[in-house]
Amino acid sequence: MDQQTEADNKTWMFIFAAWLIAALSTLTSLFFSEIMELVPCVLCWYQRIFIFPLSIILLMGLFPLDRNVVRYALPLAVMGLLFTIYHILLFYGLIPESMEPCTQGISCKDDSMILFGFLPIPLLSLAAFSAITILLLKARVKS
Amino acid sequence: MKKNQIIIAAVFVMLGIFALATYIYSAQQTETKTQLAAQNTSAFIADHSPRKGNPNAKVTIVEFFDPACHTCKQFHPVIVDLLQKYPAKIQLVVRYSPFHQGSDQMVAILEASRKQNKFWDTLELMYETQDNWAINHQARADLFWSYLKTTKLLDMERMIKDLNDPAIGQVIQQDLADGKTLGANKTPTFFVNGKPLPSFGYDQLINLVNNELEANY
Repeated sequence: MDQQTEADNKTWMFIFAAWLIAALSTLTSLFFSEIMELVPCVLCWYQRIFIFPLSIILLMGLFPLDRNVVRYALPLAVMGLLFTIYHILLFYGLIPESMEPCTQGISCKDDSMILFGFLPIPLLSLAAFSAITILLLKARVKS
Repeated sequence: MKKNQIIIAAVFVMLGIFALATYIYSAQQTETKTQLAAQNTSAFIADHSPRKGNPNAKVTIVEFFDPACHTCKQFHPVIVDLLQKYPAKIQLVVRYSPFHQGSDQMVAILEASRKQNKFWDTLELMYETQDNWAINHQARADLFWSYLKTTKLLDMERMIKDLNDPAIGQVIQQDLADGKTLGANKTPTFFVNGKPLPSFGYDQLINLVNNELEANY
């Protein structure tokens, strides 16, 4: 019984941490677009599509604790991660310009994506999606 | 139970941080805009700019606008009202911010109509028919042209000649440059006696105008 509780506690911690990151990322992303009025580029939009539901689904999985949430959340996190990796490759010029899907409208490698002069937003996204993916994988192993 | 409290606390902390960050950022933005405006007083009014109202009025509204901009159209009656209400106390100066594709051609038409003293009538007509020529964020001067013809507002032959005046391009360049200097990156952007709106909206504009009226009269 005690072991069960301890395992539950660990799972809870992982899911809680993943949710915390997702919720923070969602709010940060909204801050960029709504308050700072940075217009999200196409790739940013795809990443937003995967991070926004994570902040809600993971919360539902915590109230009360439901390990199955990992099953539904993990695909979102992995998809978001793939888009982020693609965005990073594009941002640092590792994928040639001709493959860029968003030359029209807002550029995905614009300077406006660099915060405080050194921190690119795609890098924040990469950190968030990798962390969420790892935490969810850990939560799954425990169950 | 304790875990649930942690989650709720986390929600409130995050929302609190968000609200605080929003407050700080907005305050900073207003500060920056006000400073920009104070440091660049010469950028507000150019000699070439169209004006309306009493030229000696002590309250000057400067509007950076785009004839293809829907919000500019919606603000236009508000400003006309203000000018009618205080004909001696307010003057309006308009500057061009042709951000939409093709808007520079609309500005050219406006500038050419000025030579026939029909600037404001032409602008009214543009706003009236805007839905018919501003399509998918593109200004289609060719579509507006037919409205201009049917109203017989202008001497069209003279208009066609005046459209080629190279001075029009310079006016647009100057207005765009001044708009950039003042941070007028959206249309419409208003300055009342050099002060930017604290936030965007009808009420904010009217309040700012009223404040300046009180301060100057």
